[in-house]
Amino acid sequence: MAARPRYRLPANAKIGDVIEVKTLITHVMETGNRHDKYGKLIPRDIINTFVAKYGDQEVFRAEFGPGISANPYLSFKMRVPGPGVFEFAWTDDDGTTTVATAPLNVS
Amino acid sequence: MAALMPLVGRSANGEPAKLERSKKFADAFAQVLRGVTPVEDKVTVDLPELAENGNFVPITVQVDSPMSEADHVKTIHLLSTANPHARVATFHLSPINAVARIQSRMRLAKTQDVIVLAELSTGQILMSTTLVKVTIGGCGD
Repeated sequence: MAARPRYRLPANAKIGDVIEVKTLITHVMETGNRHDKYGKLIPRDIINTFVAKYGDQEVFRAEFGPGISANPYLSFKMRVPGPGVFEFAWTDDDGTTTVATAPLNVS
Repeated sequence: MAALMPLVGRSANGEPAKLERSKKFADAFAQVLRGVTPVEDKVTVDLPELAENGNFVPITVQVDSPMSEADHVKTIHLLSTANPHARVATFHLSPINAVARIQSRMRLAKTQDVIVLAELSTGQILMSTTLVKVTIGGCGD
């Protein structure tokens, strides 16, 4: 299960700046390859998709396999088109989506 | 038993030993390339030479690209040659990113080559190969 979505944005940005966006979420990212102490396979449970939108525009998307570490971390760049609000969405194998929104301080 | 495991390291002549690549990797690689021959250029991958904990290996990928409408990185594929799953992650970019640079953290089951493929809007595919030695493997059994 996903918990505590987190992000880091620059404190303020100007139109045209290229900023770094960092995101992190608490999640076990269970690979589906491991067995419990009784030898039973532990079912796969991962975040399989991450989507970042800025306003209505999708600005970044990632698809994860089980090879991404627990508590998946991401960093990507974006050129600031104007004032706006980020929406970050992480989707789990069971279809649950965890969403965080973050306004960008544009001067 | 340990003596039967393939040894990783250097062979007698000092050349790096050839690492085995999985069938799953070969399939995923072919699926991304779809017949295009990759060019080994313009992709910088930052991975540790030695990963003590294969569960948690930081990776940075940067592609030298103008990120214009006509010429930009569309997709970055992270492929493992020896994990149970070859497709580690796929990242989708567009000109709004301005700089084709991503960071994440990956699992490595054992010592292996990590292959990064970058698909450009021009149809070209760029490639980078990075060897990472792993002390304690991630992914579990």
